[in-house]
Amino acid sequence: MNIESVLYPALLLGGLGLLFGIGLAYASKKFAVELDPRITAIRDVLPGANCGGCGIPGCDGFAKAVVDGEAGVGDCPVGGPDCTKAIAKIMGVEADTKERQVAKVICNGDTHKCKEKYEYQGINDCVAASLVSGGSKACDYGCLGLGTCVRACQFDAIEIVDGRIAKIIPEKCTACKKCVESCPKDVIDMVPYEQSVVITCNNNETGKVVRPKCSVACIACKICVKACPFDAIDFENNLAFIDYEKCTNCFVCVEKCPTKAIEGRLEKKEV
Amino acid sequence: MSLESIFIILISAILVNNFILSRFLGICPFFGVSKQVETAFGMGMAVTFVMTLASIITYVVYGLLDHWNIEYMQTIAFILVIASLVQLVEMIIQKTSPTLYQSLGVFLPLITTNCAVLGLTILNIDYDYNMGSSIVHAIGAAIGFTLAIVLFAAIRERLELAAVPEVFKGFPIALVTAGLMSLAFLGFANLV
Repeated sequence: MNIESVLYPALLLGGLGLLFGIGLAYASKKFAVELDPRITAIRDVLPGANCGGCGIPGCDGFAKAVVDGEAGVGDCPVGGPDCTKAIAKIMGVEADTKERQVAKVICNGDTHKCKEKYEYQGINDCVAASLVSGGSKACDYGCLGLGTCVRACQFDAIEIVDGRIAKIIPEKCTACKKCVESCPKDVIDMVPYEQSVVITCNNNETGKVVRPKCSVACIACKICVKACPFDAIDFENNLAFIDYEKCTNCFVCVEKCPTKAIEGRLEKKEV
Repeated sequence: MSLESIFIILISAILVNNFILSRFLGICPFFGVSKQVETAFGMGMAVTFVMTLASIITYVVYGLLDHWNIEYMQTIAFILVIASLVQLVEMIIQKTSPTLYQSLGVFLPLITTNCAVLGLTILNIDYDYNMGSSIVHAIGAAIGFTLAIVLFAAIRERLELAAVPEVFKGFPIALVTAGLMSLAFLGFANLV
């Protein structure tokens, strides 16, 4: 093999590439289109995951929508307060920082606490399982724990823990709501990040019906409603729910709940 | 080059061997950008520009390849030429007509991989065309491309209003239409 058979193609293609490169570089200067500099600036402070959590395809689209006034500065659910502030600074407006929200599985009934109707042996997917008379859980409202949300999460924030139930790691959650959409049981809710007291039951049945099925269900006893010193808990469809605006995370309800259906994250308890 | 041979090359490229309807090259933009006559025409113009320039430059490049006996590099060298030209066209269109740039969307950079352009440059070499014939062939091919895509777009515009059976609505009827158009162009076979 002689050296020329390598040299000539390399030289020719390299030379052509260089020539066109210079030509294009010149053309890009000559035909430069002035983009709104704010679009590129906003694009740079966005997370860049192109997750679509804001409802606009891609971060580029979101940056353009913000400049065009079609999207608000705080509409990126993933970026968090820092991102909102940065965008607000670029747009020259005051940031009304939205409270950071995280997804939360509002069910605690793992296989040790909640009975099974039958043994499910089908495809390892909640949507598939829920087609077979609503899933194998005795409770029709609970988390099936087959990991449909885990596969939907692009940020590795969900895991299936012991007892086959999904747990969301709040620190990793970016509130893109992909899991909320994917869950066939609608058992994932958005909760403020700072909120430590959350009702972890989704069951609308009365206590008499739900009690034999699951040991950690809300039995609609209303003890928490009476116990709450701030009137923050209300009742609807046999299920307690907390008004997060009024709740001060005092943990009274957590202690009073007879079935432990209210979860309090201790590390956030206000002392 | 005689007037007669120019005429024959043109008729052959536009009607008899129409790039889309007879050679089945460049089908992607044919379906992608044929919803409106206006954008279809813009696409046709962009392809015309790229094809004409590409045929001139690849003719020179092939001369070099031939000189060093490295004709096997033809495909990659031609793609390099076409890709650069498409970049150039993209910049020019973005500067001169933002509306057209918007409506062409992703199909503009996709001319890079449009086999009609690469096919044309390779056919030029296969037919042993000289520089003049190559340019004429390129213009003919581009007119043929534009003709086919504009006609198709016009039909699709009217199809929007036609009573099409539910199962055929949208893309299926477009494919059927394209097939019928191709059959119609078969009528030009053996013209030259």
